[in-house]
Amino acid sequence: MEPKLAVRDLDLHFSEKHVLKNISIDFPDKKIIALIGPSGCGKSTLLRSLNRMHDLNPKARITGSVLLDGQPIYGAKNDPVEVRRKIGMVFQKPNPFPKSIYKNVAYGLSLYGSMKKSEIDAIVKDSIVDCALWDEVGDDLDKSALELSGGQQQRLCIARSIAVKPEVILMDEPCSALDPISTAKIESLMLKLRNEFCIVIVTHNMQQAQRVADFTAFMYLGEVIEYAETKTLFDNPQKELTQKYLNGNFG
Amino acid sequence: MKSSNNNSVQWFGIKALALCAFIVVLFLGIILYDIFSKGFSTLGWDFIFKYPKKGMTEGGIFPCIAGTILVTMITSIFSIPIGVATAIYLHEYAKDNLATRVIRASIRNLAGVPSVIFGLFGVVLFVDGLHMGSSLLASGCTLGLMTLPYLITTTEEALRNVPNAYREGALALGATHWEAIRTNVLPSAVSGIVTGAILGLSRAAGETAPILFTGVSFYLRYLPASVFDEFMALPYHVFILSTQHHAIEQVRPLAYGTALVLLLLVMILNILAFVIRYKYRNLNRL
Repeated sequence: MEPKLAVRDLDLHFSEKHVLKNISIDFPDKKIIALIGPSGCGKSTLLRSLNRMHDLNPKARITGSVLLDGQPIYGAKNDPVEVRRKIGMVFQKPNPFPKSIYKNVAYGLSLYGSMKKSEIDAIVKDSIVDCALWDEVGDDLDKSALELSGGQQQRLCIARSIAVKPEVILMDEPCSALDPISTAKIESLMLKLRNEFCIVIVTHNMQQAQRVADFTAFMYLGEVIEYAETKTLFDNPQKELTQKYLNGNFG
Repeated sequence: MKSSNNNSVQWFGIKALALCAFIVVLFLGIILYDIFSKGFSTLGWDFIFKYPKKGMTEGGIFPCIAGTILVTMITSIFSIPIGVATAIYLHEYAKDNLATRVIRASIRNLAGVPSVIFGLFGVVLFVDGLHMGSSLLASGCTLGLMTLPYLITTTEEALRNVPNAYREGALALGATHWEAIRTNVLPSAVSGIVTGAILGLSRAAGETAPILFTGVSFYLRYLPASVFDEFMALPYHVFILSTQHHAIEQVRPLAYGTALVLLLLVMILNILAFVIRYKYRNLNRL
C-alpha cells in the first residue's frame, strides 16, 4: 500500500550536530504510528521535520526528502504553509491561544478568509464535538480557552488542528503534561480520529504506544533502529538495542 | 558565636539596603512636595486655558500645554510605526548574525546618547537638511529619533515575552509567518508595546534640549497654525521662567505652576500606561 507520508534518506544537522541520521520510514494512512526512544534520540526532531517546523530555525540543515502522497514537501517549489495545512501538529504542552474557545478552533479557518460565518460555525462545532469536548464547553464558546483545564486545552488544540481538515496529524507527547483521566480521553480520541487521519505520535510512555499505536518505531541516537507492528515490536523485538530499551536496562 | 556574628552582619546588610531605598523615595517625596506645595496655588482654569500676559508675569500657559501635546503627537506619529516595525523585524525576522548584533548594540548605545546631541543632530538633519525650518515638525521628529531606541527595546522585550508556542501553534495551523505575528503575537504583546510607547513619549514630553534648537520658542502670541510653525512647550517654559526671565522672583510661582502641570501630564501618561498593562494582564489571564 502506498504510504501516506514517506521519509527518504533524511539527515538533519543543528549547526554541527548530526541529529537525524539517514532516516527512511513509511507512515501508512489511517493508522497510528508511535515513535519511542530515550530522551534526545531525535524523535521530536523527526516529527517536527515532517511538517517543516524547522524552517524558521536558521541553524537546522536538512537533506533527503519527505513525501506526502508521493509528492515532496521540501524544496523551494513547495510552500511550507500549504504543507502545514495538510500536516497538522499538536504540541507537548497544550498551547491554546489567549482567545476564546471559538476563536481558537476557528483560527485556522479564519486564515483562509473566504469562508462564510455559518460554514465556520458548523466546522467549529463539528471539530469540538469530534474531540468529545462539546458537552464540557458547548454552552459557552466565548469563554477564554485559558480557563479550561489542561486536558480540555489539549483536546481543544486537537479540535483546532482537525478543523482545518489536515491529512496527517503529528502529536508531540500530547499527554505528557496531563493526568491519567485526561490521557485516557485523548487516547480514545486518537483511536477515533484514526478512521480519518494518519497520526504520528511521539511518546515516552510505552504503555501508551501499546494501547494506541498500530506501528511503533524505536529510535536511538538519531537513527530508526527498529520499525514494526506494535505487537511484534513489543513481544518479539529483533534488535538487541530494542530489547534492552523495552526491558528498561539501558545505559 | 560565628552564626550570631553572621546574623548581625545580615541584619546590618538588610538595614543598609532599606536605608538606600528609603533615601531614593525620600528625595522623590521632597521633590514632589516642593513642586506641589509651591505650584498648587497657581493652578486654576485661567492658568491652564489662558495665554501669558504682560511679559509672561501674569496669565496662563495654554500655548505651552498645547505645544507640548502637539509636539508629542508628532513624536508618536513619527516614532511608533518605525519603532514597532523595527522591533518586529529584529525579533521575528532578522537572523542572529554579526549585522543584527551590531544593529542591536547601536540601538542600545543610541539610548544612552545625551538628548542635547539629538537636538544638534535634529538641527542638521530636519531643520536645515530637510528644510523643515525651526518648527513643530522638526522638533517632533527630533524627539521621535530620541524615543526610538527606547521604543524598539521595549517592543522587542514585549515580543520576547510572547511564548513561542503561540507562534508555532499558528504556523502548525497553516498561518504564514506574518499571519502568526499579526493575529497571535502582536495581540499578546500589545500591552507591553503600548506601555513602552507611553513611557517613552512621556519622557519625550519632558525633554528640553532636543526642542531647544529645533522649534520651541520663548514666547508666541498664537498657537502654531501648521506643523511648520514654532511653538511653546512646558519644559522650555519652566527653563525660561526660572533662569532667563527679567523678573525671576516675580514669576517664580508661575514657574512652579508650569512645572506642576508638566509633572501632572507625565504622571497621567504613566498612570495610563499602568492601567493599560493591568487591564491587558487580566484579559490575558482570563
